[in-house]
Amino acid sequence: MNSNTYLESSSPHIHQGISTKSIMRDVIIALLPALVASIIVFKIRALIIVVLSVVSCVLGELLWQKTFKQKVTIDDLSAVVTGILLAFSLPPSVPYYIPVIGGIFAIIIVKQIFGGIGKNFLNPALASRAFLMATWPAVMTKWTLDGISTATPLELLNNASPNLPSLWEVFIGYTGGSIGETSALALIIGGIYLLYRNVITWEIPVSYIGSVFLLSFLFCNTGTPFIFALYEIFAGGLLLGAIYMATDYTTSPVTKKGKFIMGIGCGVLTFLFRTIGQTAEGVCYSILIMNLFVPMIERHTIPRTFGEVK
Amino acid sequence: MNTLTFKNGVHPPYNKELTENKPVTKLLPKEKAVFLMQQHTGAICQPIVKKGDRVLVGQVIADAVASMSAPIHSSISGEVVDIREIPYAEGAHIPAIIIKNDHQYEEYNPIHNLLDYKELSREHIIDIIHKAGIVGMGGAAFPTYIKLNPSNYKKIDSIILNGCECEPYITCDYKLMLNEPIKIVKGLNIILHLFPNAKGYIGIEDNKKEAISAIEKAINDIGASDKIEIKILETKYPQGSEKQLIYAILGREVPIGKLPADIGCIVQNVATSYAIYEAVAYRTPLISRIVTVTGDAIANPQDFWVKLGTPFQDLIDAAGGFIKKPVKIISGGPMMGITMPNTNIPITKATTAILCLTEDAAPIFEEENCIRCGRCVRVCPMNLLPLYLDKFGRRNDIERFEKINGTSCIECGCCAYVCPSYIRIVNSIRKAKRNITANNNIKG
Ligand code: SF4
Ligand code: SF4
Repeated sequence: MNSNTYLESSSPHIHQGISTKSIMRDVIIALLPALVASIIVFKIRALIIVVLSVVSCVLGELLWQKTFKQKVTIDDLSAVVTGILLAFSLPPSVPYYIPVIGGIFAIIIVKQIFGGIGKNFLNPALASRAFLMATWPAVMTKWTLDGISTATPLELLNNASPNLPSLWEVFIGYTGGSIGETSALALIIGGIYLLYRNVITWEIPVSYIGSVFLLSFLFCNTGTPFIFALYEIFAGGLLLGAIYMATDYTTSPVTKKGKFIMGIGCGVLTFLFRTIGQTAEGVCYSILIMNLFVPMIERHTIPRTFGEVK
Repeated sequence: MNTLTFKNGVHPPYNKELTENKPVTKLLPKEKAVFLMQQHTGAICQPIVKKGDRVLVGQVIADAVASMSAPIHSSISGEVVDIREIPYAEGAHIPAIIIKNDHQYEEYNPIHNLLDYKELSREHIIDIIHKAGIVGMGGAAFPTYIKLNPSNYKKIDSIILNGCECEPYITCDYKLMLNEPIKIVKGLNIILHLFPNAKGYIGIEDNKKEAISAIEKAINDIGASDKIEIKILETKYPQGSEKQLIYAILGREVPIGKLPADIGCIVQNVATSYAIYEAVAYRTPLISRIVTVTGDAIANPQDFWVKLGTPFQDLIDAAGGFIKKPVKIISGGPMMGITMPNTNIPITKATTAILCLTEDAAPIFEEENCIRCGRCVRVCPMNLLPLYLDKFGRRNDIERFEKINGTSCIECGCCAYVCPSYIRIVNSIRKAKRNITANNNIKG
């Protein structure tokens, strides 16, 4: 008689092999081109801000979890992603305490207090950026570095400034703006990588960018509508927001229809902020506002079950 | 040719090359055969033999009076040495008849004349299928005679034979299609005889090219091409799930709470069709089947044609035993199979495979927080929201679980297979479904 006993557990017994960590690693890889672009434009300062932000996020998570005797999850790399995204949304001229405070705020106040990964209802990087804006408005809107203007092309566009960079410059990235938003091209390359790796799906970025483009085209008030609309999507952090932030798993809907509503909602709000509010901050606040509606959107976009007769 | 398919699903590694190109070996049980009294969905059987009796091959040893049941026949000749409960999966104990093999294989009814079913009435054929103990052989084990006897049988327009075998590792249906294509198709002919207005389809995934040609040839050879059509399907899991298969072939959705027969179709596994042919043409009861013995722990993975009741260990030995230490012994495939506590478990009517996996192949992960990545939602073939089913299931919030159609879950495992947080979604869903059934039973 064979009396060996074997492990009993629920099916399935195999796993695809994609983990939270491997997903976050892909996001980091996707952000590398934009990081390189920012270092080219803003030099070593950009790198320092990114490193400070990442270290603060990771240490913040580690300290919180150690203090409250929780399982330490820093090796899932999600805090690294938050750190990079926060740094990317800061002006390059911020003093070095800004990314440190911002990183800690993002991880502790926005993420861990609500239960950690998957439980927060606001995007940590964006919520932290909004907090920094409210607390240190002067340093967060200072667009000069070593005496040179690093104003976002959108502001220049809004003010009809003669210093407006060419569309090509905006696309390639030799212009001002926040650290991570300089090169539209780099952000798009990363976005394609994320789509290819199935880390994100197309619905949110396409409907977000598409609705901003369409509205800007329709309600253009300076120059050629087509060119104006292109400026609107290549600048002002829209690509960074649409590809990397509005698609944040925790704070965006899991349903397909919900993703469209999220994308279009962000697009409409961004457009309103930019035109009526005359502020280049539209992307950040739009996504945060839509974050609040995610549970509601999800409840109203439950897909039709196979075989369901409505 | 364009391949048909369903929505969502996954592409796990198939690992069929372990057994695919090897011949099927006939295997007889060593010293005993063990017959579980529950081998089908429905009422448990009662032994009708007692300790000390001598039984013969094909003799009924257990039956049930309940309306949903299938008798059990001995697959060997020998003495009933014990009738007792044996440990089974999930902590259950199931009564079993244990028969000592006298290696004579003396038959209860040795006459196997070829009989013409065309002379027989519908009721008679269904009775033969019932008495032969035939149940769905793809895993579900639903008594076949009930499935073939819907009240609206004249309205049934499509009979689908399921030759998908979408579970990784398993090749038993594939082997049967290669070895017995004629009998499979003839079995379908018998089923079609029961449904005057139906057309037959045989659905096979496009990774089984040889099976497709074998079945195609069989259809032509017996001149059935006017009423039987082969349907080539995309190789995707769970293509062989009944609802997904009907959708892929006919474009019809089985409404929630309804049966395939309600939308005019009936699905049978290819092995069941073979068993129907054997029963109706030769009066042979269901006492043997093909079983795939495979997995990275097995020395020489292969398919066996075995007598029902043969203990797993006999098959594992015949496949060269273990070369690595298995952590799990699974009855069935890696996506939906059930783990067994030991290798004394016998082959039943619905055992498709014995899958022995090492920790490398079947890793055990710790669950993490749901990161709301939506992967489970995108792969669910029933278009459910698995992350919420898991959440409500764990909280035992039955009301919300049912509101988002949790009971429609087919437990295919796609969601948990892709979940990056290793959440045991199927486990929580299964528990919730069980609670619902239990509650309903109390309510009456
Ligand atoms: S796949 Fe897992 S982590 Fe992703 S949403 Fe579903 S349950 Fe959550
Ligand atoms: S919820 Fe059920 S039907 Fe959907 S993927 Fe998971 S196990 Fe399959």
